Amino acid sequence: MVTYWALLLAVSILLYVLLDGFDLGVGMLFGLARSDERRDAMLSAVAPIWDGNETWLVVTGVILWGAFPVVYATLLPAFYLPLLVMLAGLILRGVAFEFRHKAEWARRVWDWSFAGGSFAATFIQGVTVGALVEGLPIENGQYTGGDFGWFSPFAALCGVALCLGYALLGACWLVKKCETEVRDIAWRQIPFLAVGVLASLVIVFIFALAENLPLVHRWIERPYLFVFPAIGAAAAVVLADSVRRRRDAWPFYMVALIFASAFGTLAISFWPYMIPGAITIDEAAAPHSSLTFMFWGAGLFVFPLMLIYTVISYHVFRGKVRTTASNY
Amino acid sequence: MDLTALLLSRLQFAFTVSFHIIFPSFTIGLAAWLTVLEALHLATGRPAYRMVFEFWLKIFGVAFGLGVVSGIVMAFEFGTNWSVLSKMSGPIQGPLLSYETFTAFMLEATFFGVLIFGRSRVPAWFYLFSTAMVALGTTFSAFWIMVNNSWMQVPVGYVMDHGVAVPNDWVKIIFSPVVWVRFPHMLLAAYLTGAFCVAATGAWYMLRGRSVAEAGIMLRMGLWLAAVLIPVQLIFGHFNGEYVVHYQPSKMAAIEARWHSEKPAGEVLLAWPDVTQRRNLFAVTLPAPFGSLIDSDSLDAAEVGFDSIPQSDWPPVAIPFFSFRIMVGCGIAMLALAWIGSYLNAKGRLDQNRILLWLTFCSFPLPFIATLTGWFTAEVGRQPWTVYGVLRTADAMTPFLTTRAATISLVVFCAVYVFIFAFGTLYIYRLLRGGPVGPLVLPPSAAVPNRPMSLADQRPASGLGHHVPGE
Repeated sequence: MVTYWALLLAVSILLYVLLDGFDLGVGMLFGLARSDERRDAMLSAVAPIWDGNETWLVVTGVILWGAFPVVYATLLPAFYLPLLVMLAGLILRGVAFEFRHKAEWARRVWDWSFAGGSFAATFIQGVTVGALVEGLPIENGQYTGGDFGWFSPFAALCGVALCLGYALLGACWLVKKCETEVRDIAWRQIPFLAVGVLASLVIVFIFALAENLPLVHRWIERPYLFVFPAIGAAAAVVLADSVRRRRDAWPFYMVALIFASAFGTLAISFWPYMIPGAITIDEAAAPHSSLTFMFWGAGLFVFPLMLIYTVISYHVFRGKVRTTASNY
Repeated sequence: MDLTALLLSRLQFAFTVSFHIIFPSFTIGLAAWLTVLEALHLATGRPAYRMVFEFWLKIFGVAFGLGVVSGIVMAFEFGTNWSVLSKMSGPIQGPLLSYETFTAFMLEATFFGVLIFGRSRVPAWFYLFSTAMVALGTTFSAFWIMVNNSWMQVPVGYVMDHGVAVPNDWVKIIFSPVVWVRFPHMLLAAYLTGAFCVAATGAWYMLRGRSVAEAGIMLRMGLWLAAVLIPVQLIFGHFNGEYVVHYQPSKMAAIEARWHSEKPAGEVLLAWPDVTQRRNLFAVTLPAPFGSLIDSDSLDAAEVGFDSIPQSDWPPVAIPFFSFRIMVGCGIAMLALAWIGSYLNAKGRLDQNRILLWLTFCSFPLPFIATLTGWFTAEVGRQPWTVYGVLRTADAMTPFLTTRAATISLVVFCAVYVFIFAFGTLYIYRLLRGGPVGPLVLPPSAAVPNRPMSLADQRPASGLGHHVPGE
């Protein structure tokens, strides 16, 4: 039961990263777009589905609370200020979808809030992952780091890396969904972003080795973990090839695969810990009666339903978006 | 424990949750109404229904967006500011909110996308189905939230084990009688909010003599629905009072400003409760046994006053006392309006009665005020407990939260919310002022797949007074 919920948590986080990842990425690239038509097209490429994507973050949050309340109660207050920034960012970018087309003089405000909010939320998500990898100051199950205990150069580096990563996902989504100018620009951005992501992954890895992070030891204990970077590398090769041949549909799936393999690496190197070095999955788990109650309804039946909803919405909004008259 | 951080956290939670409830209470009712309109349009083919639908859908979109973004905050705030509560009640509240997210949010998000962007991409029946699914999602969400909050009001079905509430009877938790009077009360409040906003908008257009066909639909459907639902709501309100009398005597003592236990009890209608002197100033009262009659449906029941409750367990008295009276006042005003309006309508005199149209137009804040003050009564009345009788609010806060962090977050949330609320209100106002006009998309049967809908990026303020052909 505990394993099932740990697995569902992992699936939800991965889905969040892949799905909201691309629309946050589109949000950041949106800030670079220079004409209103391009911005309209970029917004249209994510507008019908962003809400569902972001819902996976709430799903992650409530699974954490319901199935692993100790982790929820430890991590959230530890990341008090960064989460505040992330939430403010998500609010400002979320309302931009609704407000931008209704604005007259304030359209610029919502352009900025969409791009800025996407950037802030992404950076914070990277920082939290970095802080977790590096290890939070936790004593006797209680966070002791103060208001800024989560911050470190390594965490900031991870923040930057995730921004590049989401932007890459976003660019690949735009290639898949858009036509003409927007697609061409995204095609030109992909090589730079891909190299940036690769470089930052290498730096993160060297940093982790240099700092001698406890997580690195797991790599030596579990050499089979290297299967993930191998998958990632293979996906990178296919990505490079599809960029060269300008095959619209491929890059997104390849980058998603790279993300999934990076996520797999991280998840398995955390295991059996949930907060590395402090709280294990078993220690964090809610009582059996909570887990079974969640399992027999939400876990077994509604979770697959949510996947079906997600498929429905991507199916209804499949195909390229036309740049004209796509607003409401 | 930092007392300033505690106060700031309480203010922040009160502010963010009050801000949030405004939008669901509007969209729950509106979603149900949109479903009815779409079904009516499909059944009758009358274009005015479609016009009204498209018009309210745009407003629904803005309100729904604000509800979504302010709701995400709530999912995190329990953990950031109230980590002791999260750990203690996580095994119960966590699964309940998981059910909310799983059953409601993904349903809403998916089909909301279809509603706004998908008219030309899906068959007509699927569009109607999507509307119904959004309405169902908002209702599920309300249900789980009421189960969750009712557990905090009257915790049942658990045992304490090492400071953690371990659920041992989920049937008791979900089918607690408290849930089944509070959930309908909230749902009816949401329907009334929708009904009054729609009726007020109809009255406004009627007064300005524009979009008369659509205005008539809004005004009549809104007032009629309210006329039927308010009496039911009053009955459920009374049932809510019964659970409070039974399970939360300190809240009831505050609502009634009852300082001394009485048998049978009198009823304070209006007063200024003075906590230091433990008495009411300027009191307008009804003699016994009216208090017993109102609270316990009995002529001689004993009613608990503050003298039987230790002062450390008292809630603040004035807030529940006044907010309860404001809620009831709003309810009675709405009842009068809905009944008189429906009566005039039956006589065919509603459209000419400018006074009633003006009153209806001005009534749209009433349901929002009633909902908010109702929640103030419930939540402030529960103090000093977060989980009634189990965990005090003062003990529920994150122990290491600093005043600095709490100040920053309160300021940021206030700034961001005021900002988006101001613009959200402005855009809704513009849509309302624009009215149900403008080009419609082609009927769904003629829709071209894969072509995003081309509805209305029109400036709402432009182009007044279009009337639908055939009306």
